[in-house]
Amino acid sequence: MKPKKHTGTKVKRSRSDLIFDLCSDLLLGCLSLVVLYPLYFVLIASISTPEAVNAGRVVLYPIGITLEGYQKLFEDSRIWLGYRNTLLYTLAGTTLDVCLTLITAYPLSFKQLPGRKIFLGIFMFTMFFNGGLIPTFLLVKSLHLYDTPFVLVLLGALNVYNMIIAKSFFEGTISRDLMDAAEIDGCGKLQFFRAIVLPLSKALIGVLVVYYGVAHWNQYFNALIYISRDTLRPLQMVLREILIQNSTTMQVFDESMMLELLRRERYAELIKYGVIVVASVPVLCIYPFVQKYFTKGVMLGAVKE
Amino acid sequence: MKRKTHILKKWWPLYLMLLPGLIYIVIFNYVPMYGVTIAFKDFYASKGILGSPWVGTEHFKRVFRSPDFLPILWNTLSLSLYQLALTFPLPIVLALLINACHSKKFGKFVQNVTYAPYLVSVVVLVGMMMIMLAPRGVFNTIYAWFGGQPQLFMGEEKYFRHIFVLSAVWQTTGWNSIIYLATLSGVSTELYEAARMDGAGKLQRIIHIDMPHIVPTIAIILTLNAGAVMSLGFEKAYLMQNDLNIGASEILSTYVYKKGLLDIDYGYSAAVGLFNNVINLIILLLVNKAAKKITKNSLF
Repeated sequence: MKPKKHTGTKVKRSRSDLIFDLCSDLLLGCLSLVVLYPLYFVLIASISTPEAVNAGRVVLYPIGITLEGYQKLFEDSRIWLGYRNTLLYTLAGTTLDVCLTLITAYPLSFKQLPGRKIFLGIFMFTMFFNGGLIPTFLLVKSLHLYDTPFVLVLLGALNVYNMIIAKSFFEGTISRDLMDAAEIDGCGKLQFFRAIVLPLSKALIGVLVVYYGVAHWNQYFNALIYISRDTLRPLQMVLREILIQNSTTMQVFDESMMLELLRRERYAELIKYGVIVVASVPVLCIYPFVQKYFTKGVMLGAVKE
Repeated sequence: MKRKTHILKKWWPLYLMLLPGLIYIVIFNYVPMYGVTIAFKDFYASKGILGSPWVGTEHFKRVFRSPDFLPILWNTLSLSLYQLALTFPLPIVLALLINACHSKKFGKFVQNVTYAPYLVSVVVLVGMMMIMLAPRGVFNTIYAWFGGQPQLFMGEEKYFRHIFVLSAVWQTTGWNSIIYLATLSGVSTELYEAARMDGAGKLQRIIHIDMPHIVPTIAIILTLNAGAVMSLGFEKAYLMQNDLNIGASEILSTYVYKKGLLDIDYGYSAAVGLFNNVINLIILLLVNKAAKKITKNSLF
């Protein structure tokens, strides 16, 4: 992105260019506001009184500032448990994913490796065809991974798209000369990988950590399918219960259930905005890194494609 | 034979490194591909996939005869194409505008703001929809300023598609524009200078310099998107679903889940899933071929 080249500091902008710039700025500015508004709204709603939010009065600024929602949600053990679980799954999962991706991509970055095309084909084919839900479910069951934490760590450990990004990175950065020199010095291929390649691959590792980390953090599908115990639920499943399930799924049979439903709804009403904020904070904390690495990852991918 | 041992001697460390990934992909991707055969079997858990008897195309016949099938196929296709129609071109427009922005700082700012929603999880996204689009939610408040009557946005079939697609636009446009921006940064400065000397305005430069430059990227992204037309996200559709909008929100992936894991009709569900995957693969191959012919760029 080098917008500079469109302008000349010496050359005066023509009239039509001026109009173009004006329209374009206006459009981009409005767009940014529209994109930011939902995020801003959740933030102001989380510190407003639920009554004001429910009446639709909170639109541009918080009304009746209160931290009651946050207070309540910090007392909610489900959220803490979900947080802890997600943190563990994300840490373990991301570590495994990144290691597996790196060691798979590295050999495939050698153009002379016999059988390279076949191996690549085996990996790439999975990008375009998969067994589908039921066969995968049966596999998980038969491996006795159902309702264990391992299923959430293991599934999706090798994302072929990320692997190809890593492969292009190795192809682009590790020079053949360096490797030949190392080999002459008696440095084996594995040693070379550990001592030279890995330290040179910080940017790549950053990209992979961010990609896999965010995927693990936001993941709810696998937990929905493969986890039934409440104690193993990741944060996103807890969020689903609080944000989405409350009003829609419970059947009402009698008065006590009705009261229970109302109580739950009021409670959810109180905490749901804060919950969104709290669940998104870790992702927002890594936003600076994301900015640095996420985009770099896309560009790495673009090199190959 | 001698050559083989020689190859192994030279390359064994790399093969060793490749091994875990290969084992992983075989177990978690290829074994389920074999498991697809249950679409042609009468599956008994006690007998396993191998031991269960073949029933031919019995499940497929049930699928195609089912009155559910056509509406669901239609929902999937229309939703997907509608989504593609917006989420494919908009990132290109955004990237071109950001790239042509006269202030570098402002361009960077817009870029960073617009891709932030990509980090929001699906659960949070749908949660936010339910909050903001509720009957007395903020969206209805704003709608009322312009004289609209309160609407039950999440509970009506006619709104489902728009909400589904527009929320995808909100979430992915900025992110998807990054790849075009990356490509655009490769346009040489001299080209712009020369164009300016010839009196070309900004719009003309975009049309005659920027656009041709990103055509290869566009071709690849379109192919990838087209290949995913039928694998429309389960996650968002399932979370947005309720009894009121089910007529529009039931798509193939949610149907596979319900039939298979809630009704425990494995064979039937696997048949629907397989049908879905095969159509997907065919569309991918066709679009790839078309892209190759038209732009000389293709995935493979």
